Amino acid sequence: MTRDVVVIGAGVVGAAIARELSGYNLEVTLIEAKGDVGDGTSKANTAICHTGFDASPGTLESRLVHSGHQLLCEYANQTGIPIDKVSAMLVAWDDEQLQALPGLKAKAEQNGYDKAYLISAAATYEKVPDLGPGALGALIVPDESIICPWSTPLAFATEAVSRGAELMRDAAVTGVDVGQSTTLVHTTKGDVETRWVVNAAGLGGDTIEAMFGFDRFHLHPRRGELLVFDKLARPKVPVILLPVPSKMGKGVLISPTVFGNVMLGPTAEDMTDREDTATTAEGFDFMVDKARHLMPTLLDEEVTAAYAGLRAAHDQSDYVIEADAATRYAVAGCIRSTGLTSSMAVAEYVADLLKQAGLEMHRKSDAELPEPPKMPQIGEQAQRPFEDADLIASDPAYGRLVCFCERVSEGEIRDALHSEIPARDLGGVRRRTRAHNGRCQGFYCGAHLTAILQSSVREEI
Amino acid sequence: MNTHVPVAIIGAGPAGLQAAAVLAPRVDGPVVVFDREAQAGGVPRHCNHPGYGMRDMRRVMTGPAYARSLVKLADRAGATIKTSSMVTDWADDHSFNVTSPKGRDTVTADAIVIATGARERPRAARWVPGDRPAGVFTTGELQQAIHLEHQKVGSQAVVVGSELVSWSAVLTLRMGGVNTVAMVTESPRPETYAMFTYPGSLVFGTPLHRSTRVVRVIGRHRVSGVEVEQLSTGRRAVIPCDTVVFTGDWIPDHELVRRAGIEIDPATLGPRVDAGLTTAREGVFAAGNVIHPVDTAGVAAMDGVHVADSVFDYLSHASAPGSAVKIVAEAPIKWVTPSAFRAGGRKPPAGRLLFWADRYVPRPTLVARQDERVIGTVRLGQAAAPGRVFHAPWQLVAGARPDAGDIQITLG
Ligand SMILES: Cc1cc2nc3c(=O)[nH]c(=O)nc-3n(C[C@H](O)[C@H](O)[C@H](O)COP(=O)(O)OP(=O)(O)OC[C@H]3O[C@@H](n4cnc5c(N)ncnc54)[C@H](O)[C@@H]3O)c2cc1C
Ligand SMILES: Cc1cc2nc3c(=O)[nH]c(=O)nc-3n(C[C@H](O)[C@H](O)[C@H](O)COP(=O)(O)OP(=O)(O)OC[C@H]3O[C@@H](n4cnc5c(N)ncnc54)[C@H](O)[C@@H]3O)c2cc1C
Repeated sequence: MTRDVVVIGAGVVGAAIARELSGYNLEVTLIEAKGDVGDGTSKANTAICHTGFDASPGTLESRLVHSGHQLLCEYANQTGIPIDKVSAMLVAWDDEQLQALPGLKAKAEQNGYDKAYLISAAATYEKVPDLGPGALGALIVPDESIICPWSTPLAFATEAVSRGAELMRDAAVTGVDVGQSTTLVHTTKGDVETRWVVNAAGLGGDTIEAMFGFDRFHLHPRRGELLVFDKLARPKVPVILLPVPSKMGKGVLISPTVFGNVMLGPTAEDMTDREDTATTAEGFDFMVDKARHLMPTLLDEEVTAAYAGLRAAHDQSDYVIEADAATRYAVAGCIRSTGLTSSMAVAEYVADLLKQAGLEMHRKSDAELPEPPKMPQIGEQAQRPFEDADLIASDPAYGRLVCFCERVSEGEIRDALHSEIPARDLGGVRRRTRAHNGRCQGFYCGAHLTAILQSSVREEI
Repeated sequence: MNTHVPVAIIGAGPAGLQAAAVLAPRVDGPVVVFDREAQAGGVPRHCNHPGYGMRDMRRVMTGPAYARSLVKLADRAGATIKTSSMVTDWADDHSFNVTSPKGRDTVTADAIVIATGARERPRAARWVPGDRPAGVFTTGELQQAIHLEHQKVGSQAVVVGSELVSWSAVLTLRMGGVNTVAMVTESPRPETYAMFTYPGSLVFGTPLHRSTRVVRVIGRHRVSGVEVEQLSTGRRAVIPCDTVVFTGDWIPDHELVRRAGIEIDPATLGPRVDAGLTTAREGVFAAGNVIHPVDTAGVAAMDGVHVADSVFDYLSHASAPGSAVKIVAEAPIKWVTPSAFRAGGRKPPAGRLLFWADRYVPRPTLVARQDERVIGTVRLGQAAAPGRVFHAPWQLVAGARPDAGDIQITLG
């Protein structure tokens, strides 16, 4: 059957687009090369839902980050995506940075955000006593939030599927034949015929562009390495510590996560290999060096994990989101560092473009739309299943812990393996439950988890 | 649900089970051991090789057999062992919350023994960069995979470390049909252990790379090799393999101690305890590898016996632990335990101080000083070597004064 829209790429952006479009009377297929939703750049970022206070005023990015922030905060509360408005603090460490703070506040106002304010050095230390010596003052951005980067694309894709969209995983798009009224999309899992195609392939975006005969932007991976510190470090980091942009070169952030860890990073390294998410000794040294200055006591804590994400770095000055009626093709590209935040706004913007380009689409009535999904409670700011006596009474599997460090129960792992978009491997289970993500990294639970996964695979066969 | 018990023990490993076995017949009311695993017994459950029981059971046993005898011992003594019961957090100073399939309990206890053990640092905590493929293990995970879950883990392994436990990893790999292609250790000399000459000889023929560190794990989906660097020359090479086992490099499972705000010894990273194994909090005790990361199971079990007396004394006439001075050791000693000294207190388990060294010292002399004054000197018969505990008699510090400041121990 001919689809109305094929969305290529089930990262946070593509999943948001699929969710949005499936709210219309459209047959939507979401095609992802990897085995899971959100398994590309979207799984490895710093997970901040930005206000957009520091965007370049007047850009599309600024606009979409600003409205995306509001949309996502609301959606998170509705679906149970872990989110926590912890606020951000930009600490000035020298005169140049101190003098830059009022300008940043003014820029925030230009971006439609008027709640940022300046504080003194004393107030800075009062808020974050573990800061290293030498802080001169800070800018506070009260609405900066931390969010779960895994639940977000999963919630979008789950809602898309429940609204009738089709999800193809392990299906890489290898080419397209653009015809008179439909396009044939070739994938490693077979061909799909569709009227429209939306390219949300992230770092693969320029390759898809070329398939449609466009050459509007060029991408390369910019690697960002990150260190995750033990939860015991969390009390030291009550807010997101953002660097002040300065001539001194790129700074790093220290941020709490919704899971109760502390994150340090990212680095920024231009690469060519679009799959190389390795961490490096140089990256570690760079981050440690920064931390030694920003918060030396952080380094007394254990490292729980180290990973790297690849930003889709590009040669444009803004997002490239366009639709071409002639080829019935739209692209949401050059979304480098803010895509988690802006995803829902990007999706609305794309829907508008498609409509303007002539795709006939009518919003389904509320009665036709299923309830939004309820995402598993994997954040620290609400009650987790292991704490919920009633839940355990109703099903003892929620009281049988498998991952001790993260307090993940057998019930939650079972749910992840049987959800609307089931986990198929350890990574999938980790992103849905947090299991194996804790300080022991599998010393206690690794073998048990593998056994559960293997028996679930056997069950499927 | 709220429960009150005279004694709660957190962790049913050798330390917790032995403490329970000694306390249960002596204490009026239930002595309850909580363990988050489905089976009690602690780490020995999955060390399916001989090397257990020599000290306390007077015979050589495998880990699982040893674990079973300890469980039987505690059980017969009348202790209550609650498995699949994880202590998740504190409700207040003497109460904690437990999650189990039966629900959520708040347990209040007059005396609490923390016997939560220690784990090996995983790869990231050792700052080893590179790809993040499957096939990277700690010994703990490896043993559970092979002995408890009967999984096929790989075929060619590199073992990182040369502690006691590293030989255990090699042995486990062999039993799991995995060939150890190399052992890599930063130490200039491998540390075998007298009783481990047997497994040591089994790995005879395995190339041992000394003074070498792992600088990178390679492989996108599955490990394809590790890059190593010779410390003296900086020369690098890749050892092809599909499995890497990071062994040793212990850290106590101290989460509950830290969350309670109980003083931590920055050297062991476990709770600071005195010779009676009392922590800085009244009525809270600690035993086993959580206070010495790590010694053998027999030593953990001995702690359990020892702490039982302290708990019993405390329950008979509860009194706040008096003021203590710290026992601090200097490099190359990494840690010493007990690390708090109270005048007039008991001697530690077996009357010994336990130490861990960062480098090899053949026939060391230990000197204890307080306020610059020498209070004890001991010449040891055994070497101080990284990767295993060495000990010295308590006399070394027994002459300390409670008002003369920290006790400093140096090794020469
Ligand atoms: C280190 C780092 C920190 C960041 N911090 C933040 C932050 O704090 N806040 C924030 O808002 N943003 C942040 N970002 C940016 C954010 O992560 C990205 O903007 C966002 O994830 C991009 O989503 P996407 O869906 O466009 O791309 P992706 O997540 O990469 O999704 C694209 C998907 O397309 C698939 N694909 C590619 N080619 C094909 C093909 N031919 N066929 C089928 N599928 C294909 C890929 O497999 C992939 O899953 C950060 C990024 C990095 C790297
Ligand atoms: C691979 C390996 C090989 C070894 N080989 C030998 C050997 O051959 N001979 C030898 O003598 N020793 C050996 N050892 C050392 C020996 O196993 C340990 O010294 C011993 O198990 C320590 O006992 P323990 O009671 O202190 O801790 P553990 O045995 O670690 O037990 C701690 C228990 O506490 C439980 N626990 C922790 N936190 C909580 C919580 N919050 N709530 C509930 N329960 C909790 C855990 O589930 C665990 O069961 C080996 C160790 C390893 C890792």
